[in-house]
Amino acid sequence: MATATAVDVHAHDDHHDHDHEQSFVSKYIFSTDHKTIAKQFLITGIFWAIIGAAMSVIFRLQLGFPDADLSWLQPILGKWIDAQGKLDPSFYLALVTMHGTIMVFFVLTAGLSGTFSNFLIPLQIGARDMASGFMNMLSFWFFFVSGAIMFVSLFLETGPASGGWVVYPPLSALPQAMDGSGAGMTLWLVAMVFFIASQLLGGINYITTIINMRTKGMSFSRLPLTIWAFFLTAVIGLLSFPVLFAAALLLVFDRSFGTSFYLSEIYIGGEALPNVGGSPILYQHLFWFLGHPEVYIVLLPALGITSEIIATNSRKPIFGYKAMIISMMGITFLSFIVWAHHMFVSGLNPFLGSIFMFLTLIIAIPSAVKVFNYLTTLWRGNIVFTPAMLFSIGLVSVFISGGITGIFLGNSAIDIQLHDTYFVVAHFHLVMGAASAFGLLAGVYHWFPKMFGRMLDSRLGYIHFWFTFVGIYSVFFPMHYIGIAGFPRRYYSFTNFDAFSGFTDLNMFISAAAIFTFLGQFIFLFNFFYSIYRGRKATSNPWKSTTLEWTTPILPGHGNWPGEIPTVYRWPYDYSKPGAEEDFILQTVPFSETMESNLPHENDLIALEKEEADEIVVDESKAH
Amino acid sequence: MFGFYIALAVFLVVAILLLIFRISRLINVVKGKGEETTSSSNNTNAVLMIVFMVLFFGLAAWYSFANFDAYDPPIASDHGVLTDKLFWRTMWITGIVFFITNVLLFVFAYKYRYDKNRKALFYPHNNKLEYLWTGVPAIVLTWLVISGWMAWDGIMSEAPEDAEQIEIMGYQFAWSIRYGGMDNQVGDYDYRLIDAVNSHGQDFSDRAGFDDFQYRDLVIPKGKPVLLKIRARDVLHSVYMPHMRLKMDAVPGMPTQFWFVANKTTAEMRVEEGNPDFNYELACTEICGEGHFSMKKTVTVLEPEEYEEWKAEQEAWLSKNPEYMTQVPDNLKELAVVTAGINE
Repeated sequence: MATATAVDVHAHDDHHDHDHEQSFVSKYIFSTDHKTIAKQFLITGIFWAIIGAAMSVIFRLQLGFPDADLSWLQPILGKWIDAQGKLDPSFYLALVTMHGTIMVFFVLTAGLSGTFSNFLIPLQIGARDMASGFMNMLSFWFFFVSGAIMFVSLFLETGPASGGWVVYPPLSALPQAMDGSGAGMTLWLVAMVFFIASQLLGGINYITTIINMRTKGMSFSRLPLTIWAFFLTAVIGLLSFPVLFAAALLLVFDRSFGTSFYLSEIYIGGEALPNVGGSPILYQHLFWFLGHPEVYIVLLPALGITSEIIATNSRKPIFGYKAMIISMMGITFLSFIVWAHHMFVSGLNPFLGSIFMFLTLIIAIPSAVKVFNYLTTLWRGNIVFTPAMLFSIGLVSVFISGGITGIFLGNSAIDIQLHDTYFVVAHFHLVMGAASAFGLLAGVYHWFPKMFGRMLDSRLGYIHFWFTFVGIYSVFFPMHYIGIAGFPRRYYSFTNFDAFSGFTDLNMFISAAAIFTFLGQFIFLFNFFYSIYRGRKATSNPWKSTTLEWTTPILPGHGNWPGEIPTVYRWPYDYSKPGAEEDFILQTVPFSETMESNLPHENDLIALEKEEADEIVVDESKAH
Repeated sequence: MFGFYIALAVFLVVAILLLIFRISRLINVVKGKGEETTSSSNNTNAVLMIVFMVLFFGLAAWYSFANFDAYDPPIASDHGVLTDKLFWRTMWITGIVFFITNVLLFVFAYKYRYDKNRKALFYPHNNKLEYLWTGVPAIVLTWLVISGWMAWDGIMSEAPEDAEQIEIMGYQFAWSIRYGGMDNQVGDYDYRLIDAVNSHGQDFSDRAGFDDFQYRDLVIPKGKPVLLKIRARDVLHSVYMPHMRLKMDAVPGMPTQFWFVANKTTAEMRVEEGNPDFNYELACTEICGEGHFSMKKTVTVLEPEEYEEWKAEQEAWLSKNPEYMTQVPDNLKELAVVTAGINE
């Protein structure tokens, strides 16, 4: 099978050799080249990250400095800042909602998977492009349309959706319940439909490409962990996003066509609504059936990227390659059967709560295995601190810190108190938000040379890392205390309650740290856009890495490899192999050329290599 | 004008930073230091790992111990004692893991920083280690799950027969509370009967509701099971009493409940906290709209005798609103008049 694919692709080689002229539109806008699409996802993701992070700074101003005069924000926020310079409470909720939606879906799903799955899958498995370049292009443009609609919703007179990023009905279903549930919510739903379509088009493509288009010799057991992560991520997305679509569709029906899927026995605005028999809990089940796997949709690619970067920069093979894959498979499977831990106190049957507590805590095991494997990879390595490596180490740290609090929240008895407090905010921002964002940044630093043929400035990278790492911990670690003290999330102000009147100093500290972290990101933005044009020219394999993308030209053209696609002979983690001259051996180097460093079972493979090489010659003569 | 100066200052600072960046870059080019792993920056980062670790753990430990009382709210319910015990047990176990793994991470990063004379150890796998760190977490987690499950099972069990029945209803943006009255039964409701006065939509064909009364605060007895019958009138809300370690969503169309035993009266807690103004509070923890942050109810815990006294003083809702007698079916009217204590 592998041979047949290889030959088939070779037959097209000459077609790819001479670059035919492309118009500006087909090269940069409606491009079907996976590398261009990846960059489109990245730049759009960065755009959304700035907006999403800026929103968090605005609501942190409210939380940290409740008495401050915010009238200087009036030029951007307009009527949402009142005459006294105070942020409007309903717009505060809109900011919280939009921050969550943007960060989870547009930045960490599209920006992360969209960028790196697109960019790395063909390059690391040895393919000319995605299985369907056209679908890939559609995937980006659906995402773009989704983003455009969401962006428009920010400027509505009634404000964007504001029922929290989970948009639980009945709040999100009834425009009379809050302004944001009017046109803003409609646009939110429309945008999400486009977004889901984008994810499905992308996911089908990733899976198909990985299964069918691996180059000769690239068996599943030789795939870099990045590809394994992208593969499993796409599987999760493909199985869970349609459920969100169903949830959204039923919500549309309830909002616009008078159905009662989620609505029952409601008296609002002085009248009793006719809807009976629906259940708001049904929505929560459907939502979290996506919502929880979504956590792993944003996290797994980051873990995959980190595995690759930590191995490369420790100059060591990733420890427990198979255990890493098995853990990721375990996480993938378990991610579908833990969703109700978000609903322990929603009125769910307590027995169901017990089951979900049990399943939830199981998922801590593969996560722990991954952490221990990362630590062992670092052990007795020879660590080069590239900015990408720093962010990867940072990821492991925040993944531990945030993951561990999951053990509290997954325990339904403890969750009674902690549910919907700042403890939860701290937990998921560290384990999902910061970890994934660190993975994204690490990936950008690591593969920037392959994307743009130039290097990012590493010293700015170091400064950016330490700003961000210190900043992230300063923002989210103190939130644990506030959460243990019982402060509820999504509160505009805490002054109404004696129980929540403390910690004004800590809230101020968190807000200051958030501003500090936000400003730190501009170092990265400058570095990024400056280096695209003025960065130091990259060499072909700047990190001395082993995977296939570093065998392409510095700036690979359409089709990635000018000649034949290279054949793969070994796994991607032959770093510091005893006996080898260099401390890395590319995947394309056959065992017959590395007699000095081969392990006994690898010597046995040499004969096989020779046979396969002969086969290719025969097949190619047939093809011509 | 002030804004202009700020803008100017920011502009100048940015300009200076850019200049420094540009100059240092040119110096690097002249010196010919390109992509070489400059050992100095590599060492700096390695040292910073240790500095960060020390500062991070130092600050976290200091704050955790110095401010313990500030972030650990006092407990006032029986089951709260249990869940807090589980919480702190989990904290110790995970705290140790958190400390060890983070220390290893930063120490390894420092200790095995790049050295051109050394080669990394080729160490691709060790199945014994994998089994070890799959097995040990599994055992510890099993223990945590089982203790959590036992606590959960008890907390969520059927309420005792003699529990005080109290209905709490969330609506935008307040809570309304209805007590079971002398028969300790909260009467039926129908949301279609809700109007400006009958805010709970009390259904007067149910005789259990005749003696029900409403009160502005949540008043409960100490040491006696209380069953909260939780409902919502418009959107989701969530009943949350931080000191009682109690939380349960209020769902329109699907009544929920939570029973518990308060174990400290408000008066006792005032003494314990040294705060004569202390009150238990009830808040909303499910986003419900603009006024979400203001849904406060004061909770008063009384000695059982005081509670009975207070309860006996309360006047039935029907007696306060006798015009609703018209909704009472004819055959129950007499009963209603007697039970509600209406003086005709």
